Parts: sequence; C-alpha cells; structure tokens
Amino acid sequence: MTTDLKTAAIETSALSKRYGHTWALRDCSLSVPAGKVVALVGPNGAGKTTLLHLAVGLLEPTSGEVRTLGSPPRERADVLGRVGFVGQDVPLYPGFRVREMLEMGRRLNPRWDAEVALDRIRRHDIDLRQRAGTLSGGQRSQVALALAVAKRPELLVLDEPLASLDPLARREFLASLMEAAAESEVTVLLSSHLVTDMERVCDYLIVLSASRVQVLGDVDQLLATHRTLIGPRTDGDEVAGVTVISAEHTERQSTLLVRMDRPVLDPRWTARDVSLEDLVLAYLAHPTSSTLPGPTAGPRRRMEVGA
Amino acid sequence: MIAYRLDTRSGLAPYLQIVQQTRDALRLGLLRPGDRLPTVKEVVGSIAINPNTVLKAYRELEHEGLVEGRPGVGTFVLRSLGGPNTDHPRLRRRLERWLMEARDAGLDDESISALFSATLRGSLQQEDIA
Repeated sequence: MTTDLKTAAIETSALSKRYGHTWALRDCSLSVPAGKVVALVGPNGAGKTTLLHLAVGLLEPTSGEVRTLGSPPRERADVLGRVGFVGQDVPLYPGFRVREMLEMGRRLNPRWDAEVALDRIRRHDIDLRQRAGTLSGGQRSQVALALAVAKRPELLVLDEPLASLDPLARREFLASLMEAAAESEVTVLLSSHLVTDMERVCDYLIVLSASRVQVLGDVDQLLATHRTLIGPRTDGDEVAGVTVISAEHTERQSTLLVRMDRPVLDPRWTARDVSLEDLVLAYLAHPTSSTLPGPTAGPRRRMEVGA
Repeated sequence: MIAYRLDTRSGLAPYLQIVQQTRDALRLGLLRPGDRLPTVKEVVGSIAINPNTVLKAYRELEHEGLVEGRPGVGTFVLRSLGGPNTDHPRLRRRLERWLMEARDAGLDDESISALFSATLRGSLQQEDIA
C-alpha cells in the first residue's frame, strides 16, 4: 500500500459542477480520510453521483479542484489504475460470460489479482460460464465488486450499490464489501439515499443536500455530540451549551435534536442517544443547519421555537 | 468459536454489543481460556459491519485483560468470567425478595424495570455530583 494513512484519499476545494443553468454541485470543499469506510448520503438529486464522477475523472469540474489519491484524476491517467469504480446500475456487458469479464479485467489492469476475483465469484456460487445478462441483481453486484476489488485499488468508489438489491442481497453485498475493507487498507466511498444501510458499515459520513455539503465528520464523533432532549415545552433559548438542529413541540412537551458542546445538566431534560438516521434526517429537514463552520451554513446560535 | 449478532434497534453502540456478547459467552462458558475469537474478516463477513468496529471491540476486551491479540495468529481468550449466579448469591437472593415485594405491591414487569432504571440513573447522578 503506497498511500500514507494520514493523507486524504480525495480532497476537493470549492469544487463545483454546473449543467446549463443548474448547479449539480456547489462550492464543495471536503477531504475523504484514507483507510475509512465513507458514506455519502443525501436525497435523490443532491449531487452525489456528480461528486463521485468528478472524483473518478468521469466529469470535468466547472470550477474548483479535486485531487484523488493526490492528483487531479483527469490529468493523471495512472491514478485511475489505483481506483476501483462501480457505477450506478452496475453496468456489465450483458452478452459477456463471467469468465470473459475476468479475462478482460486481467488484460486491462496491470495489478490484477485473478485469485481474488475467482475466489469471490466462487463463494457466491456464480457459474463462470453464465452471461452477465442472466445473473440476478445480487450476483451482478457481486461480480462488479469482484472485478473492482481484483484491481487491488487504494480507493474503491461505489455509486448507490444497494439501490436495486433486495434486503438479503444488500446484507450479503455489504458483508462482501466489508471483507474487502478488512483484507486491505483500501478507502471505501459509497453513496446511498438510505442511511439505515450505511449506519453499520461506515465510520465517516458526508451528507450532501441541494448540491452542498451539509454534514461532514467521523461517525463516532457525530453520535457522541448529538442527543435528543425531551422535556417540558420550552419557548426560548433555555438549554445552555447546545445548538438546536430540529425542534418539535406539543402543548406540554418539546423534543429537540441538538448538538452539544458540553453535557446538558439541566434535570428537566432527558437526553437520549440518537441514531445516525435521526441525525441525518434532522439536518436534511433543516437545510440552514450544518456541522460545518462558516457564515453561509453556520449553526443557529439561538433556539428557534417552532422551527 | 462464537458467532456475533448485531441488534440495530438496541441503541447500544455496535462495538459495545460485541464486547457484551463476548463477556456473556465468557460467563456462560461458551468461551474458555485459550479459545480463539473470530477474525475481523470473519466477523465483518457474517454480520456486515465496519472492520474498525470489531477492532475497537477487541481492543476494549484486551484492555480489560480478557483477551490477547497475537499478531498474525489471532485474538485469544486469557481468562473466563464468573457468572452472575456464582458471583453474587446474596445480592441475587435479596433482589429476588425485592422482586416478590414489588409484585405484591401490584407492579408489573414493565413498571419494575422502569423503577429499577430510574433508581439506577438517580444513583449515578448522585455519584456524579458527589
């Protein structure tokens, strides 16, 4: 492994992409830490695919910069040899047999590991003589993953790999992907519009919303600093030391999802841990809230009741 | 060899679930000194979780002196844990008596468990203040 663990696998600065008059991605500055499993989540149309395509050099930025494994991917073709990419809808040639796809992989990739690919395909009971068009959705994903992993990539990028899979195939695919992550120090970046699937596998989270980065951070850190507070109805900024992300009120009760700078000691509030899904949904429902510093998307300083 | 499972609705962090399931297996005698824990790859391949979660759990168990990682070989059990029955017979008997009283007072299981957690939380807060 040539990547230093401390360097970023992907780094973008003010990265933007515009199609005609529409911004697909705007002013995106982030760094994907190497060696992590990074989830890129956000609603459909938030710019996830655009960001991934920019990162693997399939698209050219309108403005700003992207560096993948240290270099701009469109200028340095050799970088792409170290990146495995599985696109949306898993585009395999339907008329090709599995064996032929493996042969193609071997000829196109100097670092190809035939044994890894074969082992993965056999474990999922896939016949080498089968044509891609006759594989089930789950099998097709496993073949695509086997082809990407056999490249021995330093970075594995997957665009909505679970979208077309049933729950069992999803679980099997994630298990298979995590095995790949355990085998080497590969950085995994995968996108999904479903947070629940990501919760168990990712250790770093990026939330894109309306073509901007809204949440960015280490999952453990995010979960440790956010709580749901339940207590008597509150009208005002009475909870010291927290930033309110979302608030719901009944006549007598307030339920707040907050980011805490220090523990809440006020005994009127019951603090509960949040799930990653609660956290993401609270941010997505309140586009002005963000974990990022800065005036455009800064945290609300005072509590807004009824927001 | 034991198999881990993950309850996504339990609210307990995944790494702590692995720690807890290992401790349970040690108490029940399913794991004994010298036994090897599943490898990180085996765990993530069966329950589809992040490899770092498993590493974190194993580090925690190592820190508690329950297991030992031997580079390139695996993680092995160092010592077992006494079960709750054998460890604290007196506490258990008194708890059983208390439970009988609670039922006599008309409390159902849910109320008993709520009362217990509330009291436990209260005593923890007092400790924090003290």
